[in-house]
Amino acid sequence: MFRFVNLALGGVSNGMIYGAVALSLVMIWRSTRIVNFAQGGMLMFTTFIAWDLVQVHGVNYWAALVVAIISGLILGGVSERVLVRPVETGPPLNAVIVTLGLLIFLQGLAGMIWGNSQAHSYPPAYDFRGYTVGSKHLLFAPNDLYIVIAVAVVVVLLWLLFQRTPLGLRMRASAFSPEVSRLLGVRVGRLLTLGWALSAGVGALAGVLAAGTQPGYVLPQGPFDALLVYGFTAAVIGGLDSPLGAVVGGVSLGVLLSWADSYISNNIEPLYAFVILIAVLMVRPNGLFSRAAARRV
Amino acid sequence: MLQVEDVVTLYGAVRALDGVSVTVRPGTITAVLGANGAGKTTLLRTVNGLVRARSGRIEYEEHNLVRTPVDEVVRLGIAHVPEGRGVITELTVEENLRLGGLWRRNRSELQESLAEMYEMFPPLAERRKLPADTLSGGERQMLAVGRALMSRPKLLLLDEPSLGLAPRITTQIMATLRRLRDEQSLTVVLVEQNARSALSVADDAVVLNLGRVVVSGPATELAGDAKLRHAYLGF
Repeated sequence: MFRFVNLALGGVSNGMIYGAVALSLVMIWRSTRIVNFAQGGMLMFTTFIAWDLVQVHGVNYWAALVVAIISGLILGGVSERVLVRPVETGPPLNAVIVTLGLLIFLQGLAGMIWGNSQAHSYPPAYDFRGYTVGSKHLLFAPNDLYIVIAVAVVVVLLWLLFQRTPLGLRMRASAFSPEVSRLLGVRVGRLLTLGWALSAGVGALAGVLAAGTQPGYVLPQGPFDALLVYGFTAAVIGGLDSPLGAVVGGVSLGVLLSWADSYISNNIEPLYAFVILIAVLMVRPNGLFSRAAARRV
Repeated sequence: MLQVEDVVTLYGAVRALDGVSVTVRPGTITAVLGANGAGKTTLLRTVNGLVRARSGRIEYEEHNLVRTPVDEVVRLGIAHVPEGRGVITELTVEENLRLGGLWRRNRSELQESLAEMYEMFPPLAERRKLPADTLSGGERQMLAVGRALMSRPKLLLLDEPSLGLAPRITTQIMATLRRLRDEQSLTVVLVEQNARSALSVADDAVVLNLGRVVVSGPATELAGDAKLRHAYLGF
């Protein structure tokens, strides 16, 4: 029993990271009905920028984190303005192709700059050795606590932004009903750019947090592809429309994967995610947190 | 106030507006009447830039609206209540209202307008914190009108406010429009299929058919013309 609970605990911090990635996907899905497949590439790229600063130039962890998030904001905003805007009104498939193209472009570019085959390690912010309670050794370390708090703070800040500020009201309105919002004087285009920027900022945070989860965590592009898969799964579990669902979906996924890794095998982790994804789509195709009714006008 | 001159709007090959000219005098209610597909909604959408005119001029005060982006139009003092009301059901009643006045960026003015709207439409005040999808059809229309008024417009464009509403509620809405015109000298363009109730409040009227103006003039004159009523207005 202790092992069962301990494993669940061990999945929470990873789950929060998946939740953050899911949140970044949900933010874009809600406002533009586009699944941003480039998110995996964006957060990989911003994490490499941070890695370069920390490991090559000896910059402090926090400064690098801030730079990563700011790069994310810029990368997201520019991507929307330059790449996504022109295909926004076309068939949905166009946008999918554009985001996939951006993903491949960013991966290629990162390979050119930082090398494709090297393994890079990223330092964790805090100690990664678990707390001990009595003689029990917990699968939860100061670094995990930091991850949980960091993501929770971002979620609360976003919630305040969306629910408590005029800017957030405009952003929600333009997501729900762009045409009506325009009639009311909301500059919907600018808000879409801002939405993509914020989303990529959240993704950038998730990337840096993920990179520091284990000492010597290797950083070619591979792990970030998996992160996108987990983030997407978490978003689907929660229902692509629900920010709260994204985080809850992320933590659930983290815990489930932690159990599956230990009780079954840890060699096929992405496979579990797919199994969970399919199961959710079969049972509740709209996700656990979706609205009961379809949108009425 | 608003001068539409020889405007042509195309939907593909269809000439939804085929050389329409309409003059709206300040402080009056102008009814735009006609059957389905006559071009009434297109006229409003062309005025505020949701669709672009192929040719013609739309003059409002000193501006030519033909090239003005949609989200700028409200800043010139034109508010639009779209067809089907356009209430954002995911937001609360109060959020819908606030959205209407947000572009002013002036908190005290916003609060003031909000209080005015609750006074004008008491049912909205009772439901201010509820999501807008809990409202009845009549309340949604109140909300849509109230939200448009939050921007303190000089010109209000209303698209089929009576659609799907009980006659009693339609009468209330027409009375509200009359009051706004009389007390605040608001200028209104009222698109309606329900010609009888529209003519009851309108000063001027325009009848469209297949994208062309069939007749325009004082509302009382149109209402008195039996032939015209039978041919285009259905009463």
